[in-house]
Amino acid sequence: MGRYIVRRVLIAIPTLIAISMVIFTILALAPGDPLAEFALNPAIPPEVRQQIRHNLGLDDPVPVRYAKWFTSVLHGDFGYSFTSRSPVSGLIKGRLVTTLIVIGLAYLISVLLAIPIGVISAVKQYSVFDNLATTIAFIGFSLPTFFTGLLFIILFSIELGWLPFIYSTTISTRGLAGVWVHIKQAIMPVAVLALFQTAALTRYVRASMLECIHLDYVRTARAKGLPQGTVIARHAMRNALIPVVTIIALSVPGIFTGAVVTEQIFRVPGIGSLLISSIYASDTPVVMAIAFIFAVLVVLFNLVADVVYGVLDPRIKYS
Amino acid sequence: MSEVTESRATQAAPASRLGELHGLGAKKPRSLWSNAWRQYRRHTLALAGTFVFIFLVLATVVGPALYGKSATSIDIVGAGQAPSLAHPMGTDSLGHDEFARILWGGRVSISVGIVAMLVSITLGTLIGALSGYFGGFLDSALMRLTDLFLALPTLPLLLLVIYLFRDKMTHALGILIGMFLLIVIIIGGLSWMPVARLVRASFLSVKEKEFIEAAHCIGAGTNSIIFRHILPNTLSPVIVAATLGVGSAIITESTLSFLGLGFPPDTPTWGRLLFDAQDYIQIQPYLVLFPGLVIFLAVLSINYIGDGLRDAIDPQHTL
Repeated sequence: MGRYIVRRVLIAIPTLIAISMVIFTILALAPGDPLAEFALNPAIPPEVRQQIRHNLGLDDPVPVRYAKWFTSVLHGDFGYSFTSRSPVSGLIKGRLVTTLIVIGLAYLISVLLAIPIGVISAVKQYSVFDNLATTIAFIGFSLPTFFTGLLFIILFSIELGWLPFIYSTTISTRGLAGVWVHIKQAIMPVAVLALFQTAALTRYVRASMLECIHLDYVRTARAKGLPQGTVIARHAMRNALIPVVTIIALSVPGIFTGAVVTEQIFRVPGIGSLLISSIYASDTPVVMAIAFIFAVLVVLFNLVADVVYGVLDPRIKYS
Repeated sequence: MSEVTESRATQAAPASRLGELHGLGAKKPRSLWSNAWRQYRRHTLALAGTFVFIFLVLATVVGPALYGKSATSIDIVGAGQAPSLAHPMGTDSLGHDEFARILWGGRVSISVGIVAMLVSITLGTLIGALSGYFGGFLDSALMRLTDLFLALPTLPLLLLVIYLFRDKMTHALGILIGMFLLIVIIIGGLSWMPVARLVRASFLSVKEKEFIEAAHCIGAGTNSIIFRHILPNTLSPVIVAATLGVGSAIITESTLSFLGLGFPPDTPTWGRLLFDAQDYIQIQPYLVLFPGLVIFLAVLSINYIGDGLRDAIDPQHTL
């Protein structure tokens, strides 16, 4: 078991390095000069601009720049932002926490909702509940997240006035009232993400559960006289959930995409919106750092999926 | 006893035999595709989805010509109108007729969806076929490549590549075509991986069948075996994946346009319409509703078509 994990980790590290190389190369080869705005400033003659380029290390060949970047990342130093001249790690820290809170909550809610709905849907196949749940699931993942977000804003903020539609991290109320304000502003972004994720997951849970229910061992359990609830919960569900766990871990990249869009709509100050604003500003170090963080999270969750799958499924043999 | 049955049999024989012969000649034997079509027809929602999608495609193809109003003519005096007989979906802040913009934009959105899907299917099938057929070193190299692409963070890469290479492509090939090619290639280039896996798995199983061995025996070349013998038998899950891929490509293109990194501002793709409508969400909420609903309808109908196809032609699908 330990050897399995170690092997998976050993595969994950070169993958991460390869991904960072790909992203770095794309950024390095792209046309467009981060010092372009200096060109318009008459106070900075071309020789000074050249000197600035040299000092920032933009003149070195790409592999050298990549090596420098990677070694400093290993020390936790992501460099300095071109636009704000402040360390990138400082920019990212607070925002990362905000994004992870919103994403984490949405994920938790979607898993807690999708598993019961999917299981009940599969057990009572073709019933009214099943048809309703399947239709809602279809609708849920055909609705793009930006549309759902805007719809929620129209409905809950403009028409009904119940919820604020701008996310603020500088709330001055304290105590329980402050917590309630936090919750109120997080409801809509989390709900948008959770809706999409729940819809996608419900279909997988239902499909997986349907495969398990018709297997022989379930029939044996019923024949032994076990109540239906025990048969489902203790026998069928555990086996059905194995592929679902893998899907949950592998759909983490998807939820980051949703998070970027949601942060744009609701003005949540997370790393998604930082990514977009720094792409617009050609702020390469920040873009590189955020893309790398996304890649780390994706590879990490793939790893988690592999390990959990290995733990849950006794048929996987570790050599 | 035997004489009675014998006489009855000989009496009945000529007429019924002629009837049988007639019956055999009149009815054609059912082919697999017509079986699939009958199965598809029983899925009501899939049929409904087919009609809706065909209607949308026709509307975007002939609609602009039939409707007459231009999508790009600016009319500041008539800006910001509510839906009326003259403007069925109102006008936006520059006086563009929203309905015309939706029809025009539909052409771009739907064609991007279809072409991006074609790119991803072609890439995925090629890589999966080569990997599955040849095995060995080529197989592990291509599978490593697939894993690498699967671990890449899609949205940051999409945004990056489009932002960085937008100017180059539009200078080289003209705004519309350059942007179209860029978006299609990058969306297709980041979504071929599931198809490659499907095709590889199918190839691995079909490769061992006897008819392939027979084809080898009669001297069929590698090209012929791959494209004429194995590939047609592996197409069912690919067709399903292709259909669903159109829906996801439409959503991806809309997301990119919504984040401002898709087609240039005067091309009214559906995502762009939502982006423009964001600022006026309080006074003209219908500007958000109409494009969003159209995207939703298109993707929903495609998802239902894919579901119906999966029920009809995918033999591994147990639901």
